[in-house]
Amino acid sequence: MIRTEHLSRKFGNIKALNNVNLHIKSHETTVIMGGSGSGKTTLLRLLASLECPTSGNIYFGDENLVGIKQKRLYELRAKMGMVFQYSALLNSLSVFENVAFPLREHSDLDDFIIQTIVTMKLEQVGLRGFEDMMPSQLSGGMAKRVAFARAISMDPEVVFFDEPTSGLDPISAGVISNMISDLTKKAKMTSIVVTHDVHAGLEIADHVILLWQGEVIIEGTSEVIRNSDDARVVQFIEGRPDGPIPFSRSETAFIDDLMHKPGTVRMSS
Amino acid sequence: MSAIEKKQPAMFQMLGGLGRWCLQSIEKFGDAAVLSAVSLGYLFRRPWQGKHFMLQMYALGVGSLIIMAITGAFTGMVLALQGYYTLAKFGSESLLGSGVALSILRELGPVLGALMFVGRAGSSITAEIGIMRVTEQLDALQMMAINPHARVILPRIIATTLALPLLVSLFDVIGLAASYVVGVELLGVNAGAFTGEMVAKVIPMDLYAGWLKALVFGFLVGVICTYMGYRAEPTTEGVAHATTQAVVVSSVSILILDYVLTSIFL
Repeated sequence: MIRTEHLSRKFGNIKALNNVNLHIKSHETTVIMGGSGSGKTTLLRLLASLECPTSGNIYFGDENLVGIKQKRLYELRAKMGMVFQYSALLNSLSVFENVAFPLREHSDLDDFIIQTIVTMKLEQVGLRGFEDMMPSQLSGGMAKRVAFARAISMDPEVVFFDEPTSGLDPISAGVISNMISDLTKKAKMTSIVVTHDVHAGLEIADHVILLWQGEVIIEGTSEVIRNSDDARVVQFIEGRPDGPIPFSRSETAFIDDLMHKPGTVRMSS
Repeated sequence: MSAIEKKQPAMFQMLGGLGRWCLQSIEKFGDAAVLSAVSLGYLFRRPWQGKHFMLQMYALGVGSLIIMAITGAFTGMVLALQGYYTLAKFGSESLLGSGVALSILRELGPVLGALMFVGRAGSSITAEIGIMRVTEQLDALQMMAINPHARVILPRIIATTLALPLLVSLFDVIGLAASYVVGVELLGVNAGAFTGEMVAKVIPMDLYAGWLKALVFGFLVGVICTYMGYRAEPTTEGVAHATTQAVVVSSVSILILDYVLTSIFL
C-alpha cells in the first residue's frame, strides 16, 4: 500500500529521519512507536505528504508522492483520512458540519444522503445525538471521536492517526483503540498509528515499527517486539528510565558540570 | 589597544545585526509576495470561493461598521471644531466646509479608516489563521484536499481589498455629516457657505484618490495579516507575536504608503 525508500528528513542540522525503508501493507494496522523526538510524527506527516522529505521516495500504491503535482495529490487524498493529535476540528462548524465537511466539498450528494452518512459515522463512533454541539463544547475524547468520524466519512483506503490516545482517560483511550481495530478488521481499511502508548500500540498492531533517533531499530509483529533482546527495545517496552536510550544527560556529566564548571548547574535554595 | 579598536567589535556587531535584519526583512517580503501571488492565482480557478468571500466580507466588513462610524463621526466633529477656531482667526469661517471635506476625503478617511480596520479586522485575520495553524486545522484542510491558499488566504485578501473602500465611504459620509452638525448647528457657520464651499472646492479626483488609497491599503492589510497568521510560529506566544507584528507592520506600511500615494496624486 505505502512504501518508502531511503527516506530522510532534516531540520537544519538535525536529522529527524535517516534512511527509513518501510513497507506498509493494506488492511493492516501499522503502529509506529518511539520516544519523544524519535521522528515518528515526522514520518507520519511525510507518509501523508504534509511535508516533503530531504531525500528518498514515498510510494502510495505505484505513485511516488515526492514531487507529485498538487492536483494529483489532492485526488489521492480522497483515499486518505487523518486524525490529528489535537483533533483539528474546524471551530466554526458544528459536530455534524465537521463530519459532513469532506462530503460537501468532494461530492454532489443530496443533503438527505449526507445526513444519513454523517449519522451512520457518528453512530459508529458513539456520538449520535451530539450533532449540534460545537467543538469547544466537546471533551478531548469526544473531539477525537468526531475527528475519527470525519476522517472515515469518505470511506478512505488509509487512515493516519497521530497520537490518537494521548491525553485521554483509559476508557476513552480504550474506545479509540477498539475503533481503530474495527476499522482494519471490519471495514478493511489500512490504519497507520503513531503513538508512544506501548500497551495500546502493541494491542492493536498487526505490524509495529520502532524508531529511535530517526532510524528504524526493529519492526515486526507485536510478538516480535515483545520478545526482542535488543536493549533499546526492552527499555522502551518496559518503560525503564535507565538503559541505552538516555532520559537525560548522564550522571557523570552532571557531576562534571557541578565540579568543574561552576554556574552551569543552578542549586535551588 | 586604542579606543577605536575597542569600539570596533561593538560597531561590527551593530552593522551585522542591521545586515541580518535587512536580509530577514527582504526574505519575509519575498515570502509574503510569493504567498499572496500563489493565493491570488486561485482567483479564476475552480472551485470558486464566492461563498467564503461573502462570509469574510460580512465578518470583516459588517463587523467593522460601528467602529468605522464612531471614528468617522468624532474625526469630523474634531476637525470642525479645530478648523473653526483656526479659520476664525483669519475671518474665513466660510471655508470650514471645504477644509473639512478635503481633509476627510483625501487623507483622514482612508488613513484613519485603514488604521482602525487594521485594529479591528487585520488582527482578527492574523489571530484566526494563526490559531488554525496551532490547532492543525490548516493541515486538516490539506488532508481533506482543500487548498488553504484558495480557501483561507484568498477570500480574506479579496474581502479586505473590497471592504475597506466601502467602509471608508461610510467614514467619509458620517465624518462630513458630523462636521456639518458641529460647524453649522453648534458653531453657527452659515449653512449655505459651508455646503457651497464644500461643493465648489471638492472635485471628483479627491474622491477617487481617497478610494484608490483605501483599495491599496485594504489589499496591503489583507496581504500582511494573512501572511503573518499563516507563517505564525505554532505556539500561543507565536500567534500573539504574529498578531502584534501584523498590526504594527500594517500600520507603519499604511503611513509610509500614504505619503507615496499622496505625493503621486498631488
